[in-house]
Amino acid sequence: MSSQAPIIEFAGVNKWFGEFHVLRDINLQVAKGERIVICGPSGSGKSTLIRCVNRLEEHQEGRLVVDGTELTDDIKAVNAIRKSVGMVFQQFNLFPHLTVLQNLTLAPMWVSGVPKKEAEERAMQQLQRVRIVEQANKYPLQLSGGQQQRVAIARALCLTPKIMLFDEPTSALDPEMINEVLDVMKELAQQGITMLCVTHEMGFARSVADRVIFMDHGQIVEENSPEEFFNHPKSERTRDFLSKILAH
Amino acid sequence: MTESSHVFTPVASRPPPRPVGGLLPWLRTNLFDGWFNTVITLLLIGLLVLALPPTVRWGVINAVFGADNAACRAAAEHGACWGVVAEKYRLILFGRYPFEQQWRPLVACGLMIAAIAMSCYRPFWRSWLAAMWVLVLALFLVIMKGGVLGLVPVETSRWGGFPLTVMLSTVSLLVAFPLAILVALGRQSRMAGIRTICVLYVELIRGVPLISVLFMASFMLPLFMPQGSTIDVLVRVLIGMTLFTAAYLAEVIRGGLQALPKGQVEAAQSLGLGYWQTTLMVVLPQALRLVVPATMNTFIGAFKDTSLVTIVSLYDLTGALQLALGDADWRKFFFEGQLFVAFIYFVFCYAMSRYSLWIERHLNTGTRRQ
Repeated sequence: MSSQAPIIEFAGVNKWFGEFHVLRDINLQVAKGERIVICGPSGSGKSTLIRCVNRLEEHQEGRLVVDGTELTDDIKAVNAIRKSVGMVFQQFNLFPHLTVLQNLTLAPMWVSGVPKKEAEERAMQQLQRVRIVEQANKYPLQLSGGQQQRVAIARALCLTPKIMLFDEPTSALDPEMINEVLDVMKELAQQGITMLCVTHEMGFARSVADRVIFMDHGQIVEENSPEEFFNHPKSERTRDFLSKILAH
Repeated sequence: MTESSHVFTPVASRPPPRPVGGLLPWLRTNLFDGWFNTVITLLLIGLLVLALPPTVRWGVINAVFGADNAACRAAAEHGACWGVVAEKYRLILFGRYPFEQQWRPLVACGLMIAAIAMSCYRPFWRSWLAAMWVLVLALFLVIMKGGVLGLVPVETSRWGGFPLTVMLSTVSLLVAFPLAILVALGRQSRMAGIRTICVLYVELIRGVPLISVLFMASFMLPLFMPQGSTIDVLVRVLIGMTLFTAAYLAEVIRGGLQALPKGQVEAAQSLGLGYWQTTLMVVLPQALRLVVPATMNTFIGAFKDTSLVTIVSLYDLTGALQLALGDADWRKFFFEGQLFVAFIYFVFCYAMSRYSLWIERHLNTGTRRQ
């Protein structure tokens, strides 16, 4: 794996929101198939970091290469990258005016030019994967939060992406629905897709992640294997953070 | 009481709400619910008792329905003269259009109203609907203007009455709606030039009354045209009305665009959809259904604003009424004429209003939490 070029490479990336320095000199290489969990206090820049990967946010300094393409203002290149990078949001962001099935077929039909029938077959396969086939013709708001998030995962998978970004996918869910989403994510992790996951689900990080990254004030403070990260955190700030979220 | 000996005994359930039916319960809950409502109800009944008999006496019992001028004059003061409508309805409805040719505006107007009715029905929202509209507008033009197929030519300046009202509002709204969407999108553009143009357009047009816009369209537009070329007054008025309505609609639509959560656009972008795909398939379908009530408000306003074209000598429904009342014999009965015209406006505005409620409910099925 290490012989291959990284599928995502941040080199000296900086970003500001106005005066606020949100990403400070980020250097990060992600190998193909690697599963990374990013954690850190709120406002530490972790969401912004993964949103740079599909250019929902633009970085201002440094180089960011995704799947062999450097991200610049070239809209065509950005749209091509977005086809191979799927994203799951905290608030699901399903399209409420379209049925579940239409949510899934929209991008394959209009971005990849897949014929409707084939797009629907593929969509049903993905719905099978997240175990929600029977809801295909409902509207998103008729589903529970956990179901909506699984539909959102299926929607992202319909473009057969190489990379999946998860931006706090369980933070907006009722507690009893968190596991059904984490289960789907774990299955996905076993299938060799590259995953970048912002989450505070430390159980998920322990069992799934190849690497855990801790961010604070826009910087990567620590990165390590889950084993080392949880048992022997190196920096004081990591220890402080872990003691707060693992306390109960 | 110890933990183990505690037996759970639920509170007795409340009886289900009594089914409310019949006249008396309805009266009690709706009209005589407490002393305040009872007083109001009695007051209103008293007012009705006072006002209804004279109204019926004036409007029906003592009224003259035939086009009998002498009878009207005799009945004046204590009875309505609906004779003014019986005598002048062709002039009120069709304006100065040649009398023996008035079947043409009737057919053309009927055609257009049928097209509007069809467009209201959602299963018909397909691409052929656009083609049908092109055909309907072309037919309207041919039937009204004539000069072909053995139809006597009729100048546009003689078009008038209700068909003119319907045509002006329909055509100006058909063009204004897409224009308004573009302007609303333009105001959110990343490009400062486009944004400035759209803001200037909206602010300039909204800053002046429709009358001024119509005056300018009618008298100033020709000054900008190359020498010798003229644009029909009707076209000039249509341009003015379209630009005016579009400015208001653009702001309504912009409200819908702003109400949309940012996550919707981000989700579409993350799936690789481009700007126009995102706009057409994700943003507009949601933004437009948010602003159905405000849009219909603008539509109804535009429909009634057509009456201002009289100031550039086009005689729409209200203008045609003024023509009809130009007859000294009947001028006295302007009130009945106004009532007749107001009734026509009301029927169409009320239909629009009901349709707006229906389509709003229909579009939101399943897409909002009940």
